[in-house]
Amino acid sequence: MIHENFMKKILLKPESLKNAVLSYCPGCGHGIIHRLVAECIDELGIREKTIAVAPVGCAVFAYDYFNFDVTEAPHGRPPAVATGIKRTNPDKFVFTYQGDGDIAAIGMAETIHAANRGENITIIFVNNANYGMTGGQMAPTTLIGQVTATTPFGRDPKREGYPIKLCELLSTLEGTTYLERVAIYNPQNIIKAKKAIKKAFQCQIDGKGFSLVEVISNCPVDWGMTPLDSIKWVEETFIKSFPLGIVKDRICY
Amino acid sequence: MKKLIKGNIALCEGAITAGLKSYFGYPITPQNEIPAYLSRKMIELGRVFVQAESEIAAANMVLGAAVTGVRAMTSSSSPGISLKQEAISYMAGMQLPAVIVNVQRGGPGLGNIAGSQSDYFQAVKGGGHGDYKIIVLAPNSAQEMYETAYDAFDLAEKYRTPVMILSDGIIGQMMEPVEFNRVDKKNLPEKDWTLNGCKGREPRSIQSLLMKDGALEKHNIKLQEKYKLISENEIKYELYMIEEAEIIITAYGISSRIAKSAVKLARKNGIKAGLFRPKTLWPFPCKIINSLAKPNVKFLSVELSHGQMVEDVKLAVNGKSNVEFLGKAGGGLVTELEILEKIQ
Amino acid sequence: MPTIKINSEKCKGCSLCVKACPKQCISFSKQFNKAGYYWTFLEKTDACIGCGFCYMMCPDVCIEVYKDTL
Repeated sequence: MIHENFMKKILLKPESLKNAVLSYCPGCGHGIIHRLVAECIDELGIREKTIAVAPVGCAVFAYDYFNFDVTEAPHGRPPAVATGIKRTNPDKFVFTYQGDGDIAAIGMAETIHAANRGENITIIFVNNANYGMTGGQMAPTTLIGQVTATTPFGRDPKREGYPIKLCELLSTLEGTTYLERVAIYNPQNIIKAKKAIKKAFQCQIDGKGFSLVEVISNCPVDWGMTPLDSIKWVEETFIKSFPLGIVKDRICY
Repeated sequence: MKKLIKGNIALCEGAITAGLKSYFGYPITPQNEIPAYLSRKMIELGRVFVQAESEIAAANMVLGAAVTGVRAMTSSSSPGISLKQEAISYMAGMQLPAVIVNVQRGGPGLGNIAGSQSDYFQAVKGGGHGDYKIIVLAPNSAQEMYETAYDAFDLAEKYRTPVMILSDGIIGQMMEPVEFNRVDKKNLPEKDWTLNGCKGREPRSIQSLLMKDGALEKHNIKLQEKYKLISENEIKYELYMIEEAEIIITAYGISSRIAKSAVKLARKNGIKAGLFRPKTLWPFPCKIINSLAKPNVKFLSVELSHGQMVEDVKLAVNGKSNVEFLGKAGGGLVTELEILEKIQ
Repeated sequence: MPTIKINSEKCKGCSLCVKACPKQCISFSKQFNKAGYYWTFLEKTDACIGCGFCYMMCPDVCIEVYKDTL
């Protein structure tokens, strides 16, 4: 066997990711999504003009992993913070990275209004159907019947309402340009997810307005599953409630 | 040449002259002139104006603009300022310069739209969660609204801290001749901490979350050292007829205008009264107040509240003088005659 | 021959690469690393086709994929 040093690396850590150990649990989808975001930024050559907004949630430490400028934002406020950044620095590339609780519960107003204003920003929305950081409580996207730390009897619509489909909700707003829901439970879908993220980023680069990619992810520890069972659950159950695909695409308009 | 304008408009002009690049607002009385005026003016100047979906969002847009180092401002009145406290606490922790204007109205709750001074505690004691202070400036005329707004941005950037302009509905709404005596700020000093893309340097992050062992303790000590430095260098106040005064009225903002008239009236009546007006409410001029405190001198804190700044006056006096209070909250003003009656 | 390199210290042993490998050539180590995880490694070195599926599924970005330059 030829030693690796004499071989061509074809796949390796993107430059836009630091060489840090991710603090995410084993099997957690965040790492894959971080890598996809970083690869897209590398490929588009925009690392040096990127300002990202980290959420409150598991990805709060995103600034320790992304190899470009990142700011913190209060819980749910990244779309407002991104608005402030982008409006004052239209030449910079601005994206937020948010979880389901951040974007669709506490930050729903900020999300809807940034979308409605057609802010020329991109949102990477990681939907894992629970609050991961705080121990797996019910999220706005928790499935009907799903057991979480705060729905011990399963989410009952009579008590807790229904899972919010954010892409569909935002699609009714004139201000949104590109909305797609993707998943990362197997390599085929990961390739699709990357395409969607790159397209959303390109949408902003071209000045075409608000883009959001919802990534259906897994949270093995808080779901009480092994990593393998968790991706199986995404495939067999989760995406049945959150169908994948382009929800809105007005890039070519 | 002077121009007759409202206090709120004077504030806008001061901010614009100081190089305000972005304003993020939300309607609430009695500060509505600010977003209305800036919605036209900022666009005409090619700067940023956004009417946000809430006071929370407006304050967080300011936070976003501030991380990139541009001059950003938001304004509101009391109930709206409560909503902004989240972002203010974050900005204090993240050490971001920004200007927040509170044109105070009556509280608690929705209160009413009359001028008030009931948000003193909220402004000077922190307001949001955590161990922090923000610089609090208290103008008392349209002219000072202009000048304070202009100076606030320099202060905010000098110390990387949010600065609050604590005005009130009366100062904000009142029309007075204002002289535009400041020059346009053009070239602002370079900052070495802003997020503007990592071209030619290591990536930066700005955060208030410090989870590593001992990191937050260290950060808080650093903040406290900064607050000490501000306390040593930035205290501003006005003295009026303080010579041989046996009664010193302490008042800020609109109350200080009434108190000044009361002092004149008192002196005419042979009462040795004087006025001490803090222009900075935090840092509070403790040392100078303490130096004025003597057994034969009495203090009277006049406020449009039920007694807030009076507590800081008492702390400053530290038992050396008697400290009395006169105030009301909820719409009415304290009158000169009421003050005179109290000091007689 | 294509091959992969798995960073044994960054690996958390989640097994997603093991499952993703179409040639079943990745296995678990018998020892655990400093963080306490049984890392994975390329056991059947001859079977690797360099497809990159393991790289794509790895949530800890600790896999590198190599191909011959010759």
